[in-house]
Amino acid sequence: MTFPERALATRITLLMLGIGLIMAFAGHDIGFRLQGAVVVAATLATLVVLFLIRTQPEPSPQELTYYYDAPIKAGIYLSLIWAVLGMFVGVWVALLLAYPELTFDYAWSSLGRLRPVHTSGVIFGFGGNALIATSFHVVQRTSRTRLPDQLSPWFVLLGFNLFCLVAATGYLLGITQSKEYAEPEWYADIWLVIVWVTYLVLYLRTLARRQEPHIYVANWYYLAFILVVAVLHIINNLAVPVSLLGSKSYSLFAGVQDAMTQWWYGHNAVAFFLTAGFLGMLYYYLPKRAERPIYSYRMSIISFWGITFMYMWAGSHHLHYTALPQWVQTLGVTFSVMLIVPSWGSAGNALLTLNGAWHKVRDDATLRFMMVAAVFYGISTFEGSFMAIRPVNSLSHYTDWTIGHVHAGVLGWVSFIVFGTFYSLVPWIWHRQRMYSLFLIEVHFWLAISGTIIYLIAMWNAGITQGIMWRTYNESGTLTYSFLESFVAMHPYYVARAFGGFLFLIGAVLAFYNIVMTVRHMPIEREVNKDIPVGLMPVQSGEATA
Amino acid sequence: MIFTIHNKIERNSIVLALGIILVSAVGGLVEIAPLFTIDDTVESDPDMRVYTPLELAGRNIYIREGCYSCHSQMIRTLKDEVDRYGPYSRAVESQYDHPMLWGSKRTGPDLARIGEKYSDLWHTRHLNNPRDVVPQSIMPAYSWLLKNDLNTRDLRGNLKAMSRVGVPYKDSMINLANRDAIAQASPSSGDVAGLIERYGQATSVRVFDGDPQRVTEMDAVVAYLQILGRLTEVAHSDTSVKFDSKENVASAEGS
Repeated sequence: MTFPERALATRITLLMLGIGLIMAFAGHDIGFRLQGAVVVAATLATLVVLFLIRTQPEPSPQELTYYYDAPIKAGIYLSLIWAVLGMFVGVWVALLLAYPELTFDYAWSSLGRLRPVHTSGVIFGFGGNALIATSFHVVQRTSRTRLPDQLSPWFVLLGFNLFCLVAATGYLLGITQSKEYAEPEWYADIWLVIVWVTYLVLYLRTLARRQEPHIYVANWYYLAFILVVAVLHIINNLAVPVSLLGSKSYSLFAGVQDAMTQWWYGHNAVAFFLTAGFLGMLYYYLPKRAERPIYSYRMSIISFWGITFMYMWAGSHHLHYTALPQWVQTLGVTFSVMLIVPSWGSAGNALLTLNGAWHKVRDDATLRFMMVAAVFYGISTFEGSFMAIRPVNSLSHYTDWTIGHVHAGVLGWVSFIVFGTFYSLVPWIWHRQRMYSLFLIEVHFWLAISGTIIYLIAMWNAGITQGIMWRTYNESGTLTYSFLESFVAMHPYYVARAFGGFLFLIGAVLAFYNIVMTVRHMPIEREVNKDIPVGLMPVQSGEATA
Repeated sequence: MIFTIHNKIERNSIVLALGIILVSAVGGLVEIAPLFTIDDTVESDPDMRVYTPLELAGRNIYIREGCYSCHSQMIRTLKDEVDRYGPYSRAVESQYDHPMLWGSKRTGPDLARIGEKYSDLWHTRHLNNPRDVVPQSIMPAYSWLLKNDLNTRDLRGNLKAMSRVGVPYKDSMINLANRDAIAQASPSSGDVAGLIERYGQATSVRVFDGDPQRVTEMDAVVAYLQILGRLTEVAHSDTSVKFDSKENVASAEGS
């Protein structure tokens, strides 16, 4: 960072420290005070880093012509830390459902409080950091230009992680809005809006500096991810706080309107966080790794606008047979079924891109991660459309089938594309010849795929068993099974699920180790660096904003 | 040709961004906005009760502990659900639920009509350690609910915030929220007559957790669970939906 950027960074951090101190000392409830303490700790750590780098020389004009990769590197590490943490909590939660005594009688470790730590940890911590890091990489390379300044990428990355940290510690304290995947309370939500607007401005400024006439497909998806997530987040989180110095707030919406808003949000968090963003990743890293051009440019266009338009209608399929008016349910199922077209358009486009490179898929576990991701994207989008059909949903809803479906997406699709991407990206941006251990990538691949399959089969079986037991009548016309009998029947599946998740967690730990060892022990490539922007325009040092 | 137009769109980041916003906005506008304007989206019931301060405090603890991640509060229009849990849920029943707690998963059973199906003692023992009453249960033990005194200090502010988002709490209800919460769980010492006057004859006033000396978090949670499904009688009186004997799905007459 340049000196003016460091000065501004210090002022922003001091402002945040002040807010943290007010929260910690003037807060009305103990939870809000402890959240303030988390903000204080995080900002103090940032100030220490800023103090330590105060004497480092400014980047030279020469350096300012290259791509800016430091925040990408930090983002990869943060993503991996959240992956291990989030998946560990996931395995713990899975075990709690088989062995309920594992809460050890603490309030913070009971299932209801740990579950959002798992979901937010993996979706936002692991997935979100991976998206931010790769978006910074992709937008620079496809625009052939450097990010416009050094401060905003750090503000976005660290600000987002502060949000994740406040969210996760809040859940343990019992602070939650109870809206699934939008649990953080009002103050964390406002902070995320500030971070996200900075992210959008940074992205658009980079695109504005591009040295290519066209904006590459991957950027359309990243842009849709940033824009639509902002809209969803703001509307679903509209709430009135009890006090500006307390954690509790009440949602602006109630009952049926709140349910529809929540699942409009919830389903499109899947669409624009867990799909659009990662499709951006797929559209850049898969062709790069396979060294093949995207199969069809026109298919990309149709899929992109199809996904952007249709997903927003599909949320009501989460509310079939409820008090939501029938006409909204019908619209939801219609668009959910139609969504198969753009979804399979994208999955097919990715797989057809591999034509001529299938021998690489066989030999290169990294590319195989990406191939499997595309296959699971196809599987889980088909399953999603299928489960949205009313009669299927009457069986699957409220059961573990839903959990299985989500994990087909987040394990098979999202995690596989992220790991494939990281194994490609790490040697590129650290300028290493290759990853530290190709064998460990191979081991990770097989652990991940067996973990995923065990998990999915367990949950499919559990869900369908539950669904059938709940609706079975005996000859006298009364229900055959009590609810108790249906969940006692779940025990073996819950044990199997925890085991599958454990295998997946081990794989993530191996990835972390392998990436750290690559950075620490692989020699730096000395050959001429071809990975530089075409423009070589120096950034003006006063341009920084946050 | 659509691809020629796109060739222009993808050269301009602002046009692209605006296009994304416009195209993605349609679905939400068509599906959500009318829910606020079409009158028969929510049935009207002039007798619909609001949560008492104690019940609201219990609801907030229910949210705090994440109970909604394993228990739904939405009985679907399916025969087996109606047979298992009771009349299917109506929109009016969660009219004052900010936010709604319909849930998405039944690791445990639905709770929309759990109110007064079990005794206070059963709930207290069950929440304290579920395996004391249901040996196979996998529900966490919430032993701290009996130990923690209920924080009634902030209830006034909570009712005020609820009234700001549209719940018809009267000024007297807001002003006396803290006292009403204590009175509902310790009838021997509080202004029970005032509480009943404000919240109606159907209000349950009793010691919920078995300990008359203290008002604990357990009092609040049990009071909340016992009111679930009992804020309005609409679901029990409305008979417009019949179940076909062969089909699992309800067929509505008229609507």
